[in-house]
Amino acid sequence: MLPGRSRTRPPRVFLRFLARRFVALVFLGLGITLVAFLLTNLVPGDPAAANLGQRAIEDPAAVASFRERYGLDKSLPEQYGIYVWRLAHADLGESQQARLPVTQELGTFIPATAELALLSILIAVVVGVGLGILAAIRQNRLTDHLLRVLSLTGVSMPTFWLALVALYVFFFRLAWLPGTGRLDPQFSEPRHRTGFFTIDALLQGEWATAADAARHLVLPAVVLALYNIGLLTRYTRTAVLEVVNHDYIRAARAKGIPERRVVLRHVLRAALPAVITVIGLAFANVMTGAVLVENIFAWPGIGQYAYRSATTLDLPAIMGVSLFVAVVYIVVNFIVDVLYGVIDPRIRVA
Amino acid sequence: MSTAQLPTPTPAPIARYRFRRPRIASAWRQPLAVIGIVLAATWIVVAILAPVLAPDDPLGQNAAPLTPPGSDHLFGTDELGRDVLSRVLFGARLSIPLALLLVGLALFVGATLGAIAGYFGGLIDSIVMRGADLVFAFPAIILAMVVTAVLGPSIRNAVLALVVVSWPAYARVVRGLVLSIGQTEYVTATRLLGASARRALVRDVLPNVAGPVLVLATLDLGNAVLLLSGLSFLGLGAQPPQPEWGAGVAEGIQYFQFWWIGTFPGLAIFTVVLAFNFLGDSLRDILDPQSSWRAGGEGE
Repeated sequence: MLPGRSRTRPPRVFLRFLARRFVALVFLGLGITLVAFLLTNLVPGDPAAANLGQRAIEDPAAVASFRERYGLDKSLPEQYGIYVWRLAHADLGESQQARLPVTQELGTFIPATAELALLSILIAVVVGVGLGILAAIRQNRLTDHLLRVLSLTGVSMPTFWLALVALYVFFFRLAWLPGTGRLDPQFSEPRHRTGFFTIDALLQGEWATAADAARHLVLPAVVLALYNIGLLTRYTRTAVLEVVNHDYIRAARAKGIPERRVVLRHVLRAALPAVITVIGLAFANVMTGAVLVENIFAWPGIGQYAYRSATTLDLPAIMGVSLFVAVVYIVVNFIVDVLYGVIDPRIRVA
Repeated sequence: MSTAQLPTPTPAPIARYRFRRPRIASAWRQPLAVIGIVLAATWIVVAILAPVLAPDDPLGQNAAPLTPPGSDHLFGTDELGRDVLSRVLFGARLSIPLALLLVGLALFVGATLGAIAGYFGGLIDSIVMRGADLVFAFPAIILAMVVTAVLGPSIRNAVLALVVVSWPAYARVVRGLVLSIGQTEYVTATRLLGASARRALVRDVLPNVAGPVLVLATLDLGNAVLLLSGLSFLGLGAQPPQPEWGAGVAEGIQYFQFWWIGTFPGLAIFTVVLAFNFLGDSLRDILDPQSSWRAGGEGE
């Protein structure tokens, strides 16, 4: 416990913390491939029947060549081995519906969902954390009680119904916002750079296209955000209340620091770890919501792709999507863990 | 049981008295709990009495299609001339029992696995909990979608798929509780007094596990209704012509201009989920004061 030693210690502890989390991440990733693989293989349902036409099914040669083409004639462990080997080379196989590499298909669908999901999470964080702080400051007063009801209402709304109502009111009745898709038909897609239409159009200097893409984002993003707003309001309030009565907060107030600054600097920083954890959870909710919302808004994203692949039993595509989503999820959780460790040094050692 | 001669037996009953009384009263001092109970009770009555309450056959195509809400059909009729109100009422017979069944199954599987993991520890613990981590790594609806798709779309398979994705939450909570309560001083004390492990588990550990698990299960009922109707909405749950709420909203999207077709089934889902969430949240206030909204203590 010499002063010199303790100074070199934190980084090493932190590195070990990072390494441990990373190893866990790799194993989880492998486990996910196994689950995805077993799930799609051990259950009844014949991919040949789902993907070949009626006439091809009756032709044994066509069925056999289909099976051979997708490696379905080999044993399960062999199939899994081949799958992982290809995976290591960034090859997710070929989708049985469109006959395109799954990685290529994912590449076209991911940006659409990412644009929608990131905006939605941004809205949810800003509004949810704000309302949570407000509820905590006004603890047990009318505002607080109203926000409790509001937050519970937010997590009780079926996303797909909310999407329907929002479309009906704001598109069909009031015509304030566009309906489905990412762009109105008269606009052409901006040249692909990030895949985010708003950003790509801005980079091209196509202002009208950017504005139209932004207008298309509003409804689905807000609908997706509502559940997370409810969730974040609740957790932020709890996290803030936990620290708000501590002595150092009282000391800060006693020193004459303005209330605004006390809340933003002292209270919020201490409440941050809890809030960040919930943001990790919010990612999972957005992916769940995306499947439903993309369906309604005809949004050409990962959710629609997942739905289409699942209903047609397109194995490589299903595995590609679940793998992608699971990897996003565990990477987000990894980042959350690391941020957690950065903000709160006590966690690194535990 | 020979320690009864200790000189301080009096504080216990007082503490007990103080803790018990506000519990019962506070349940009624919470308007949300009352609203939740009333809403949930109404829906349960509707589920039981649907055949009596419904003005029409939920499957009967007896009226002019796409009639707006009016005195003949309070919620209007759908594209096949079926009474939307009757379909919403009969939907309760599907969604509510299935949600209860789903949560019951998930709770049973999860709690059993969690208790085993927490009690035995070691390798069994690692295997069970890594399995839970794996399931957690998939967003519920995507995993459920894949499971229902491969099993074949039907409401039974949708329930099974959702059990597969929702047991880990219970396993985690129960394991954590079994671990932490097993190490408390009062459990050690009971064991030192000569009580068997089983007695300690049933008399001391179980009552402390029951509260948090009850809160989780009540809040999960709402989620179960949401996910189940979500799968039906995607066409992976209830199949036509079953009067299911999620499928009703999907119908409403196809007949977009006729707002009543989708709005009322959606409202049904919303009110049921709201009822369970109000109840669960109030239960948390009562059973778990540390993380309640009122006290604003530690979150989950």
